Amino acid sequence: LSLRAVNSSRSAFASFLFAPLFFQRYEAGDTQPDRELFRCKVLMKSFLGIFRSLPSLEKTVGKCLILLKPQASRLVVQLHCKYGECRWGHGCGDTRWHRASSPAELVPSLPGVTKTHNLAFQECERLQAVFDTQRCASSLCAPARVLAEAVVHFPPTLAEVTLGAGPGGKISLRNYVEDEAERSKTMVTELCLAEDEFQTVAVAPGSHITFCLKEFRGLLTFAEASNLPLTIHYDMPGRPVIFTLDDAVLEVHLVLATLSDMESNLQPPTTNGVSHLPAPSDDFTDDLESYMIAMETSAYEEGSGVPPSPTFPLRTPCPAESDPEEEEEEEEEGAVPGTPPHKKFRSLFFGSVLTPGGPGLAPTQEVLAEDSDGEY
Amino acid sequence: MPLSAQPPASGQSYVLAASLDNARHLSSLLRAVHFQDHATCFATANGLRVTVEDAKCIQANAFIQAEIFQEFAVQEESVTFRINLSVLLDCLTIFGTSSLPGTSTALRMCYCGYGYPLMLFLEEGGVVTVCKINTQEPDELLDFDFCSTKVVNKIILQSEGLREAFAELDMTSEVLQITMSPDKPYFRLSTFGNAGSAHLDYPRDSDLMEAFHCNQTQTNRYKISLLKPSTKALALSCKVSIRTDAQGFLSLQYMIRNEDGQICFVEYYCCPDEDITEAEL
Repeated sequence: LSLRAVNSSRSAFASFLFAPLFFQRYEAGDTQPDRELFRCKVLMKSFLGIFRSLPSLEKTVGKCLILLKPQASRLVVQLHCKYGECRWGHGCGDTRWHRASSPAELVPSLPGVTKTHNLAFQECERLQAVFDTQRCASSLCAPARVLAEAVVHFPPTLAEVTLGAGPGGKISLRNYVEDEAERSKTMVTELCLAEDEFQTVAVAPGSHITFCLKEFRGLLTFAEASNLPLTIHYDMPGRPVIFTLDDAVLEVHLVLATLSDMESNLQPPTTNGVSHLPAPSDDFTDDLESYMIAMETSAYEEGSGVPPSPTFPLRTPCPAESDPEEEEEEEEEGAVPGTPPHKKFRSLFFGSVLTPGGPGLAPTQEVLAEDSDGEY
Repeated sequence: MPLSAQPPASGQSYVLAASLDNARHLSSLLRAVHFQDHATCFATANGLRVTVEDAKCIQANAFIQAEIFQEFAVQEESVTFRINLSVLLDCLTIFGTSSLPGTSTALRMCYCGYGYPLMLFLEEGGVVTVCKINTQEPDELLDFDFCSTKVVNKIILQSEGLREAFAELDMTSEVLQITMSPDKPYFRLSTFGNAGSAHLDYPRDSDLMEAFHCNQTQTNRYKISLLKPSTKALALSCKVSIRTDAQGFLSLQYMIRNEDGQICFVEYYCCPDEDITEAEL
């Protein structure tokens, strides 16, 4: 089961992939080999509403059934609440003598109740951010707890944080301050972690990356709760940072857009870490058109000449090779609604990943069309 | 402070005089039916009944029996008047709504009869407030003609089982559909909102189910906006009885235990929604 989400400014993408073994029971349903896998999207608000309060869910719900009913266009989520108290005051309905297996079992508030939610879904194209952890120059792996404890020092409202590989193998986290003028007035917090706190460190010296902390916190909470080590893959500023959690039955990816460096913007756009495209064939153009890419430009680009940060020497971005099958990129200027105007975030590259030899997709930019669906 | 020592104005006698040591016993119950500004008060020797109606489809009654009051005297067979419930509640809670243990507002309520205002004497910590609220001609009230002999299905549930359900009702749904049946799903609450439908099923053998007497499978829809105010009564209550008759009229009766452990009742009656379309199961 794959669950994916992207934010409205297309600067964050998350994917959770659950292996069948994650579940108590998993029935993939009737899949014919020549048919595409079934994909649909549901309103996040409605879906989250079902799992409203996690502590009370844990106390009340025994199991959850997720069922897809394509004919009725409904995604069914059914919560089965634990049964009433047994004689011994446990929430299990068992009449034999036994001990409660966990404190959560003790006080069910809705014994035996079944909550069924039939959510309307829309069929959709595959939502896939184009990224490749193999092509990231740097990676770090640490227990989630280490990162959670580090991140707690930053104010909850902090938008961006810079992760850097400093001298002496120190990994630092520092809040990102936008304006030069603000820098002298804002409190700067910098936290350094020793290399040995990480399980693996394979970073390019002096490298750094700035990303949105808020989005990252969400994943961190999950990682801590599931007790999984978190791996961070990053490359040059401007290229997405990829956070992954891996487990036998669960694979999680969080891809965030990062701030590109000032310097790199002074160079001609084509060498901005973006590949040169080989002359596209006609088919390619169609494919490219179905990609949805947006890039936010900002005032800095006019060469206001902000001096490089003294702590982190900037890497000169080198033109990346383009591998047409993997990462087709196209630059498009355009304002992305919802993105703060002064950020230089490069958005992620999205698109429908076409199965080779599969039918050509209509250049409908399915994903873009979502935005006009309304409120959310 | 003995408020009952207050003498009536010369030449007038009260048709209704009541004293209550803790005004909260009255105000909390009135809040449970406060979904409209106006209410009709009906007093007999048995006690006080406050009725609120809306859209000619829903009626809520709060019953405070005479035994709850320290003094309750009605000089006529029955006394009826219409009053602004919002104002009445504001007066009853004039010393504040927070319930600090040990402090309570004492109330004396007096009414001279038709045309006279309702007088309230409220005292807390030595401070006395006198309120005079104008009364009006009582309205004609709906008669749902709901009596136990006409009940088709009846369920008594522990309120805590319904509280979460009512608090989380999908308000984008126009209706709340209630299914009661001797067979599965036994008791089901359904909403049909923007995101899709949601069903809450209570099994008959659930611990929450105190009594289950369903003879016939009935599915009825009620306007959710009309029923939503009943959540207040549900929040105060410990048990709720849900009954429907052959026409699909709904009766919700809430048993409320006040701070002193005394029992009071609030009931809601609701008409089924007229345009009934195929229920989505």
